[in-house]
Amino acid sequence: MAAPGSASGPGQANDTGAGGPHPRDRSVSGNASASHPTAAPAAGLVSPGPWRRFARRQPLAALILKRLGLSVGLLFAVSLMIFGGVEALPGDFATTYLGQSATPQAVENIRKDLGLDRPVTERYLSWLGGALTGDFGTSWASRNSVSEQIGKRLGNSLFLAAFAAAISVPLAIALGMIAVQFRNRLPDRIINVVSLAAISLPEFFVGYLLILFFGVKFGIATFPATVYDGMSFSDRVSAIALPTATLVLVVLAHMMRMTRAAILNVMSSPYVETAELKGLGAFRIIARHAAPNAVAPVVNVVALNLAYLVVGVVVVEVVFVYPGMGQYMVDAVTVRDMPVVQACGLIFAAFYIFLNMAADIIAILANPRLRHPR
Amino acid sequence: MPFKTQPRKTFSLNAIPLSAMIGLAGIAIALICALFAPWLAPHGETEVVGPIWLPMSSEYLLGTDNLGRDLLSRLIFGARTTIFVALAATVISFSLGMLLSFTAAVTGGFVDQGLSRLNDLMMAIPTLIFALVVLAVLPQNIWILIIVMAILDSTRVFRIGRAVALDVAVMEFVEAARLRGEGSVWIIFREILPNTLSPLLAEFGLRFAFSILFLSTLSFLGLGIQPPAADWGGMVKDNKDGIIFGISAALIPGTAIATLAICVNLVVDWLMKRTSSLKGGRGDV
Repeated sequence: MAAPGSASGPGQANDTGAGGPHPRDRSVSGNASASHPTAAPAAGLVSPGPWRRFARRQPLAALILKRLGLSVGLLFAVSLMIFGGVEALPGDFATTYLGQSATPQAVENIRKDLGLDRPVTERYLSWLGGALTGDFGTSWASRNSVSEQIGKRLGNSLFLAAFAAAISVPLAIALGMIAVQFRNRLPDRIINVVSLAAISLPEFFVGYLLILFFGVKFGIATFPATVYDGMSFSDRVSAIALPTATLVLVVLAHMMRMTRAAILNVMSSPYVETAELKGLGAFRIIARHAAPNAVAPVVNVVALNLAYLVVGVVVVEVVFVYPGMGQYMVDAVTVRDMPVVQACGLIFAAFYIFLNMAADIIAILANPRLRHPR
Repeated sequence: MPFKTQPRKTFSLNAIPLSAMIGLAGIAIALICALFAPWLAPHGETEVVGPIWLPMSSEYLLGTDNLGRDLLSRLIFGARTTIFVALAATVISFSLGMLLSFTAAVTGGFVDQGLSRLNDLMMAIPTLIFALVVLAVLPQNIWILIIVMAILDSTRVFRIGRAVALDVAVMEFVEAARLRGEGSVWIIFREILPNTLSPLLAEFGLRFAFSILFLSTLSFLGLGIQPPAADWGGMVKDNKDGIIFGISAALIPGTAIATLAICVNLVVDWLMKRTSSLKGGRGDV
């Protein structure tokens, strides 16, 4: 572990004189980000290219752009993997589609019909081009436009996930802080045991438990969670009460445990101990020493769990028969409706990658130490 | 507030805390059910014994399911399937992940870069979504399921294995072994593996608990183990329609999944605390 505090702060990477920014560079850019010297490698011998010059003037912007580029590249690779993986794996869709009794002629016809007789690269490029413009082709099973279905369902899924996030994030951070404040005492132990149990519960179990008690026994919540166009906002909220509660319960324990660990990690570092030994008050230690260093890990925890939420939606939607993306994808997988599976897979992956990227960028903004990767 | 380091614990039965004891007992019961299922179960796995969704009674201790099969018997047989598949997937994912991660850490250079980037790519797709895409293509077969679960899980093992191995690989005794002229295989198995065993053991437990939940989720979605074989996730799926009539048959296998996962987590928690206190850490992170 590196020395804590400011020891690895700005300037250290450049003290050796190898790649320090020239004074004129520093004067050119007057904004705040430029006060942190760049860690870009020395370009003294070769004349610097436009990217190098940009990176030296705007190190922070360059770092963020680099991270954005990485995400785009990752997304491209994922699209290749989702499409290529499906191609490379054994199993012929036409045969599955027609069943065991298919005649070779019928198989041939259906392959032509679905466009499977064209070369792989051509199909990939047209698929990718379509995906970029929001056209995911037509479903094999229902012959409907995939994009149209997704357009309706994506909003529903996001509404559910956003609602769950709005409740679980503040709650998790508050509980995590309580657990740290009372660490190794009774409240912490109770939170620890309950959250350990909660992360062991499968989503569907929590969901059916809630349905049985609140939906059936007490009759105060609705099941299944049907939503339709033109539904009023309050009706919609009451319809998704149980799915939201399920998602919150599932994600809360994870987020709380990770928050606790992140804050505890900061609180047990030597500079906090030094602050304690100096005799600073608890509030001052938290506000001035611990909080700035805890922001990055906590935000990271939140973003990671939001990414988890996007995926957790899949099971919860199936449990509650909620018309969202997750249910659409699971249904498509059972009938091997590949255009739908690929489209949903790509969209879920895109959300996941985007949230992870957001976590990284916020961490870089919050913690200057991360701007000097070693 | 002062942070005390915990005293070093020695391995004896008394040192095992109550929570870990409960966890170990739960795992033992599940294993016994799995191993001796045909002798323990009062009825057959797929035998229809009476009307559907009978409540609990002295004859059918947990009632019957959606087809009139004895729920307790199916639960016991389900333990066998669920634990076998989850354990097989974990063992394979661990062997694969450790082998690749240690190779990457010891070899370094191009191999390390290639494997790490591939791993990053695999981890960029959420596990469940990846599994759904892959299982949509592959034929439904228990071994294919195990392999898919194992490969997806091995990305996590790879990441932690590489981190741990890199920590150890720079220590003096590894350097000494290298200078003695030992090969990579010797260094991996005789120098690095014994020194990384305890964190990896905790990780194994964690991955096993995750495998149980993951398998149950897949089966619940209808993509895991196929009927009529009993498995806990599939049993929840079979009986879920009873919930709206207030019949709790679906919750019984759900409870079994949750209990086993909690038991494994309790043991893991203890192992982790033990590891961190052995390493002289603060023991609470």
